[in-house]
Amino acid sequence: MVLSWKSGGMLLGLVFFSAVLLVKPIGVSTQFVIFDGILWDAVNPDVVVTSDTAKSGFASPNAYLNKSGGKYAGNVANPLNYSFVFVIAMVVGAAISARLRGGVDAAERQMPSVWRANFGDEPWKRYAATFLAGFVVLYGARLAGGCTSGHMMSGMMQTAISGYIFTAGAFAAGIPVALFMFRKEG
Amino acid sequence: MTLLILAIVIGGAFGFVLDRVGATNPGLIIRMLNLSNMHLMKTILLAIGLSSVLMFAGLLAGLIDVGHMDVKTAYVGVFVGGLLLGAGFAVSGFCPGTGLTAAATGRKDAMIFVLGGLAGAGAYMGSFAWIGTTGLLEKVAGGNSTLGAIAGTEGAAMFPGLPGEWIGILVGIAFIAIAAALPARLLNRRRGAP
Repeated sequence: MVLSWKSGGMLLGLVFFSAVLLVKPIGVSTQFVIFDGILWDAVNPDVVVTSDTAKSGFASPNAYLNKSGGKYAGNVANPLNYSFVFVIAMVVGAAISARLRGGVDAAERQMPSVWRANFGDEPWKRYAATFLAGFVVLYGARLAGGCTSGHMMSGMMQTAISGYIFTAGAFAAGIPVALFMFRKEG
Repeated sequence: MTLLILAIVIGGAFGFVLDRVGATNPGLIIRMLNLSNMHLMKTILLAIGLSSVLMFAGLLAGLIDVGHMDVKTAYVGVFVGGLLLGAGFAVSGFCPGTGLTAAATGRKDAMIFVLGGLAGAGAYMGSFAWIGTTGLLEKVAGGNSTLGAIAGTEGAAMFPGLPGEWIGILVGIAFIAIAAALPARLLNRRRGAP
């Protein structure tokens, strides 16, 4: 059962507010990089090394992990930090909510009905599309320095100019693509 | 340690609520973007507006440490990245947070989205040094700027003469008003099976 926009919006707003009241605004997409870094470092331990000169105490030959004084390299070395644990807890929270409401039915677990109405029900088409979309979404989020959580919600909450710029870009592409692709409601 | 407990409580609540408002359902996100069901748009606008009013009122009342704010930098890539994210958001019905939480509800397409996301984030890691040479990371609009000037922050203000806290409250109220005024649907699309 989906909450009404009024009660759902209020609950979501209270979560955003609690985050900035107690710690800092919510963000998610950076943790994809941290998880990649953890995997990469497990395969090749030279990816994150200790450093006396870096602000975080860690450095990396990868320019992205090494930026801002090795901040991401430090988070890869110590995944038990606020932002990474936050995202893991978010996943657990969603799993608990879904379990309590009886879960998602088998057909819907493959693809949403609006996809089925427009493109048929072969799962491979949907899976190929979501893999490519995932690639583009996270590449874009990292290029933008944030995603729907960090830029759109947390950013506009704080009247950040970057949040408005990001949101303008996301809807300028998202609405035409959705109008073009999804002509039936399902 | 306290910080990790807060991460678990706030993160857990965020994931739980994202699922309850329907944001883990890619069908509702796609139908927000094809304008045939504005439920999530109304929900998100209300959430942003309410949190904005509370946060800026909290700053004025001295209840919130202004150091908790985290205004991101504006640069050309924010818009370009927004375009890329928006396109993938429309195709899949997932963004990074809702992709992860939808995967947690058992959706297989979301699990594959997350794998694609890890590949995309890895590709950005690999191309970051090159991106820096393209000019995409050059600051615009004053960098980490906000609409009005906010006491205790160093960021620039688009309208330096205006008190940022009051602007934030007014913009927040405007978001709530838009959430209420927005119809449940803007466009009718054809119904039915393929």
